[in-house]
Amino acid sequence: MSDFGSDFGSDPGQHDAQQGPGLFVSYDTPDFYCELMNRRDAAPESLTLIRERLAHFGLTELRQRARVAEADLYNLGITFTVYTDRDAIDRILPVDLIPRVLTAAEWDHVERGVQQRVAAINHFLWDIYHERRILKDGIVPAGLVLGNSNYRPEMEGLDVPGGVYVHINGTDLVRDGAGNFLVLEDNARTPSGVSYVIENRHMMLRSMPDLAAGLDLMPVDEYGPRLRRALTETAPGGIRDAEVVLLSPGIYNSAYFEHVFLAREMGVPLVEGRDLMVENGRVFMRTVAGPRPVHSIYRRLNDDFLDPQVFNPDSMLGVPGLVDAYRRGNVTIANAIGTGVADDKAVYAYMPRIIRYYLGEEPILSNVETHICGEPEGLAYTLANLDRLVVKPVGESGGYGLIIGPHATQAELETFRASLLADPANYISQPVIDLSVCPTLCEAGVEARHVDLRPFAVTGESTWVLPGGLSRVALRKGSLVVNSSQGGGSKDTWVLAS
Amino acid sequence: MNPLMIDIPPGGIAMPNLLSRYAECTIWLARYMERIENLARLIDVTETFVRARSTSTGWLSIVQINADDERFFERHAVASEENVVGFYVIDRENPNSIVSIAHAARENARSLRPLISTEMWMHLNMFTNAISALGPTDIRPSNLSALCARLKQDCQTHHGITEGTFYRDQAWLFYLIGRNLERADQITRLIDIKYHTLLPSVAGVGSEVDIGQWAAVLRSAAAYHAYRRTVPGDMTPAHVVGFLLKNDGFPRSLSTSLRQLHWAVGHLRTDYGLKNGYAAAERIEELRATLAEQTVEDIILRGLHEFLDWVQRELHLVQGEIARAFWPPAMPAAAAPPDPDPGLSQEQSQS
Repeated sequence: MSDFGSDFGSDPGQHDAQQGPGLFVSYDTPDFYCELMNRRDAAPESLTLIRERLAHFGLTELRQRARVAEADLYNLGITFTVYTDRDAIDRILPVDLIPRVLTAAEWDHVERGVQQRVAAINHFLWDIYHERRILKDGIVPAGLVLGNSNYRPEMEGLDVPGGVYVHINGTDLVRDGAGNFLVLEDNARTPSGVSYVIENRHMMLRSMPDLAAGLDLMPVDEYGPRLRRALTETAPGGIRDAEVVLLSPGIYNSAYFEHVFLAREMGVPLVEGRDLMVENGRVFMRTVAGPRPVHSIYRRLNDDFLDPQVFNPDSMLGVPGLVDAYRRGNVTIANAIGTGVADDKAVYAYMPRIIRYYLGEEPILSNVETHICGEPEGLAYTLANLDRLVVKPVGESGGYGLIIGPHATQAELETFRASLLADPANYISQPVIDLSVCPTLCEAGVEARHVDLRPFAVTGESTWVLPGGLSRVALRKGSLVVNSSQGGGSKDTWVLAS
Repeated sequence: MNPLMIDIPPGGIAMPNLLSRYAECTIWLARYMERIENLARLIDVTETFVRARSTSTGWLSIVQINADDERFFERHAVASEENVVGFYVIDRENPNSIVSIAHAARENARSLRPLISTEMWMHLNMFTNAISALGPTDIRPSNLSALCARLKQDCQTHHGITEGTFYRDQAWLFYLIGRNLERADQITRLIDIKYHTLLPSVAGVGSEVDIGQWAAVLRSAAAYHAYRRTVPGDMTPAHVVGFLLKNDGFPRSLSTSLRQLHWAVGHLRTDYGLKNGYAAAERIEELRATLAEQTVEDIILRGLHEFLDWVQRELHLVQGEIARAFWPPAMPAAAAPPDPDPGLSQEQSQS
């Protein structure tokens, strides 16, 4: 956007030598790591510039721009859709106009960490569906993998092209009080949200051209072509000019906008299950000129819905015979079937060991400190510190039966202690993290709100990470919950190229 | 006879993979947008008739030409303006209301978002959102004419954005097929409204009042000035009907719509090798021949209403042929029961 610079007065900071007041006049975050205002080290020059430019915005001006931006998103249909009995309600994911900024050095660290993690996950998936060395060597308990509800026996012995199981991966990161990036969760099934990363950037450059002017931001527009290339590279062997499609559950899916967005960015047809058919183990799409072969499917459909002949027989969204075609090696499915076993909470705890096992390297990105209650030391530590930890059940029942020690009563802790002792292997424990914050436009002014970060990695012949990622922000004061369904919004993530 | 404004590059563009579902949705998007525009025209002209107290059937005629009598009288005792306009503009339970058609257009556009331009989607999104927000105040007599004008204008904006931004390939031809099928169908309904208006008072044919009403019909089709310019002499019912049915220069006439329909189906074959459209093409050719070989006086003498009815039925069959050719029912191997009339899956009760 540097060509807009001259039109908008390239640096609002020049107009007023005095820094600090304005937007951030009452902004204060002594308790947390603030991505913009309190980095606990010398902020790089470019970050200082952004800070100064922002400080000179008036609150009224920022609110006005936010209103226009919101109307824009709504009219453009950059929405997720909530269907009720009679209406389709389009909601936008609220976007905060104050960007979340990462320096080149921070990004380099995150990028390498994500690439390492994706490599380890792909090795792990190949191994557990083939030789199971990691289970035999006792690094990961066999029961955790083979008894996992996301383990798919249909994948045993199947060689996926290029050994790529997870073509698209989303790694949920948080920063602790010292600013360290920690992995909170891996998303190796069908991670969503990347469309907002790119649309947020477009919106920001429209709404805040004077803030972005002249800054060397790493671009995000490459995602579509990169994804298509990865899907072409991993098409079944010997196919030239592979036909790639995006398989969506259809317009009633809440993430339909993202499916449309990605199909358009890739330049490939967006198909629904009913548009595809399988004949003699090959996949075709129904076109006005008759059936046309399909080689590579980016599916935004869960495993259970993919093929009623193999999984959920009631699914109307899938394609009968698809798994058979897959097993015959005639079509690539991205992500592969059965990747859910790798992003499970239980397996997450072992991820540092998985990285060391396959890659012989130390993890670049740490997990949140995790104690595995299935192991004696982990259990002992957890029992001794129950009132200070978050204890989560693992396996399929993720989300249920979780206890946050500092928020629990003595009675609740004692009850929980009993369940933990009854089945220690079903639990992990983690300390409560002081998530980092970002200045965010709120009702009362600009206030600190907690953020996380989901970078997206695309893997074909190599792994490419989209610079930045989705920064989700918990819009409720003090809330650590960034999910859009629970009052979460997003921010544009700016990665400074230098 | 290459109609202006709808050309595609010589030889077409190599784009082999238009999904059948996209083709179907494209036709219906075009039809529904055209239908909204024509319904607005119909309401507008009826309002003119009623205001002039020159009709004995009044608002009932819209109900009759849309064959909605049964559905309407299930819900309302009398065909008052409030009831009929409410029924056709904001009644969500009526599939033929503007709000329902807009909803259907939106759902098709949603399916087509990978294909249509951002400008097209953005306008459709705002337009259909605005229609869903319409309430009883918006359809009060004092606001009705302005509302109809706004609806027409938004549909025309849609046509303009589409013309200016929609990629010229097979999908564009399907869009033209949908638009012209609907336009052909709707002009017959517009003429028919006058037929109904006249029915109870045959004596009035040719009177001053009658001529005024035919002028109103022309105006509602945006045909008045073109008619004045090209048809000399006194305005007679036969001349007006002849103009609306057979004038090759007027963009909304039956003959123009049929010609463009035929052109688009033909180009699916010549430019994209889609030969399956032959049955539809043949049916359109017969329809055009039947229209061409009769004078308008013949048509009126043999029964205008019966002729219009026949055209509507034929157009329905053309849609069915197109469906059979381009989005045939699922493979025999699939579990789905055979659909005897796949083309009509989205058709609303309008015949």
